[in-house]
Amino acid sequence: MDLSFVLLIELLYAIASLILISSGLAVVFGMMKVINLAHGEFIMMGGFVTIVAENAGVNIFVAMLLVAPITVGLIGLVVERLIIRHLYGRLIDTMLATWGLSLFFVGLVTMIFGNTTTSITTPITGFSVGDYQVNGYNFFVILVAISLVTSMYIFLKTTRFGLIARGTMQDPDIATALGYSPARVYMATFFCGSALSGLAGAVLAPLVGLVPSSGATYIAKAFITVIGGGPSLIFGLVSSSAGFGLVNQFFTFYISPVYGEVALLISAVVLLRVMPQGITGKYFRGKM
Amino acid sequence: MGISRRNFVQISSALVAATVLSQAVLAAENTIKFGSVLDTSGGFAAYGKPMDMAMRLAVKKINSEGGLLGKQLEVVAYDTQSDMSLYSQYGQQLTRVDKVDVVHGGILSASREAIRQTMHKTKTPYFYNVLYEGGVCDRNIFINGVTPSQQAEVLVPYAMSQSGKNVYVLAADYNYGHITARWIEKFVKENGGEVVGLDFFPLDVADFGSTIAKIQAVGPDLVIAPLVGAAHLSFFRQWAASGMKDKIPLASTTLGVGNEHKVLTPEEGNGIIVAYNYSQELDTPLNKAFKQDWADTYGDSNAIHEIAVSNYQGVLTWAEGVKKAGSLDQDALISALESGISINGPSGKVSVDAQTHHAVLDVHLMVLDNQKMRVIKSMSELQPADTQAVCNLQTNPEDNQQYELGL
Repeated sequence: MDLSFVLLIELLYAIASLILISSGLAVVFGMMKVINLAHGEFIMMGGFVTIVAENAGVNIFVAMLLVAPITVGLIGLVVERLIIRHLYGRLIDTMLATWGLSLFFVGLVTMIFGNTTTSITTPITGFSVGDYQVNGYNFFVILVAISLVTSMYIFLKTTRFGLIARGTMQDPDIATALGYSPARVYMATFFCGSALSGLAGAVLAPLVGLVPSSGATYIAKAFITVIGGGPSLIFGLVSSSAGFGLVNQFFTFYISPVYGEVALLISAVVLLRVMPQGITGKYFRGKM
Repeated sequence: MGISRRNFVQISSALVAATVLSQAVLAAENTIKFGSVLDTSGGFAAYGKPMDMAMRLAVKKINSEGGLLGKQLEVVAYDTQSDMSLYSQYGQQLTRVDKVDVVHGGILSASREAIRQTMHKTKTPYFYNVLYEGGVCDRNIFINGVTPSQQAEVLVPYAMSQSGKNVYVLAADYNYGHITARWIEKFVKENGGEVVGLDFFPLDVADFGSTIAKIQAVGPDLVIAPLVGAAHLSFFRQWAASGMKDKIPLASTTLGVGNEHKVLTPEEGNGIIVAYNYSQELDTPLNKAFKQDWADTYGDSNAIHEIAVSNYQGVLTWAEGVKKAGSLDQDALISALESGISINGPSGKVSVDAQTHHAVLDVHLMVLDNQKMRVIKSMSELQPADTQAVCNLQTNPEDNQQYELGL
């Protein structure tokens, strides 16, 4: 009984962390069709910003939920203005440019912080469920993921900017004809996507060994989740995170972590064979 | 003649070729070519960068003392970018194009195996200066890192005496992790214990939540973790975050080799048991001088770690060999090294074991304490007994393989 409760928490945590690391990419790739290979590095920088802010005396929750997303969002803004905006619609060129960018960020962070930076401890202590110890911080990660998805949904569905953003992604020409500037919408969207990546890095910072090259750990899983999710931003993100998280945790617990990783990749391949457009290409069509 | 785009290319390539050639001619006459191949960028940069710094420091020291055989050393170094396939490429480059006199390098066991045969075939003496799983038996290679019998045999009984008989092992999923896990199992059994759980982790796994639940379901007395790389560091953080750190003791054969104990906060790291050849906290004159020299060259000495020191000592050992041989010739060098050469380095006395080409060295049992390694017990001049049991290059110099422990 205790064990199944603990496993349920771990499962929810795994799904929540997949949602977090993929949300920024889902916005940038899913909405704008920009393949951002520096996505992992945005996450990594979110973590480093949190460490720096916390060491400077900022409250850790402020550092994670405000300072890191805004800082990384601003870095994203600069990147969009200097590089990405010249490459819209040029898929391969964007890949090359953002890959270079990812190497640049790894080098830059290594130069500033070196290879070993002391991370921060989780602000919430572990607690016991029967005979088991559970990481209390897991609940915080789950909570952040739930609020993130809810607020993204409300924002896109009910606000005027959300409507404009969705419209521009669907058909930039019509949006222009109606008097909106796609360039500015793209800029704002890229800012939001980068900020979400920064948030993910910040929230996960107390749980992972953070080094400048950590971005590589996230990038593959983020892409698999977003592509597996398909065209709908929010339904796709949640459904594929839930599916892959479940498969990965099940095999990790009952067989071994090696099979957990293998099962995740196999299920991704099978999923894309059965549903080439991703989960939401087949189900929940037309939803967000 | 105006410079068009085409003849600009021709002229400049001719110039480049001329410079390169003249350098090559000069180099062949006046310097010893010292090859190095390490991951100084990418995922394993935390290991490789300080190793590279240590190698350059050792070369600088040798050059400032007048070089070897009256010649200065010239470093030819390649960055393999944490990409195993680049090792084969740069291994060929070093031996066939640059024609270096010696190669030091390789970090992961996978990278060593990628270049070892190239070095063997081209008769280029090869030094692998890293803690590893033991068993390599090849006349052309010299290894000065600690092996399982020098490390796990010390670590396992002590950790078990502090906890209990039931041990859970978490290892990295490649040759190092698999072979080391078998050694740990052997030493656990010899101490009357039992391995109650064994899990392997691909190098990019960073989420250990369900593993931590699984460990608790099994309920061992001790966890031993030969985990490798940055992603695996997450285990130690999530273990502490779930409050397990004070419930089940933890030991590791790898944590701290790349200064990982400085990434963990004191609350997360304190109490983890390790055993290595080197610690920055070793209180010896040679270590102090080494740290001072490092700080003078690179600003501060924080980056120094276990395998950076191994690399430094590997270069010094090779230099002693060359001095004694009076030549760079492979056979002369090997005979000189086999005659029982030893050096005194920052980690203490390191001697070449003629039978296996491994090292006889000191091992310190340590506990992490406020991001430092506090020495509990030191053992001097331990033999590489695991490799000695299977490998004898004196009676069988043609041997060329890596022995693995059969259980």
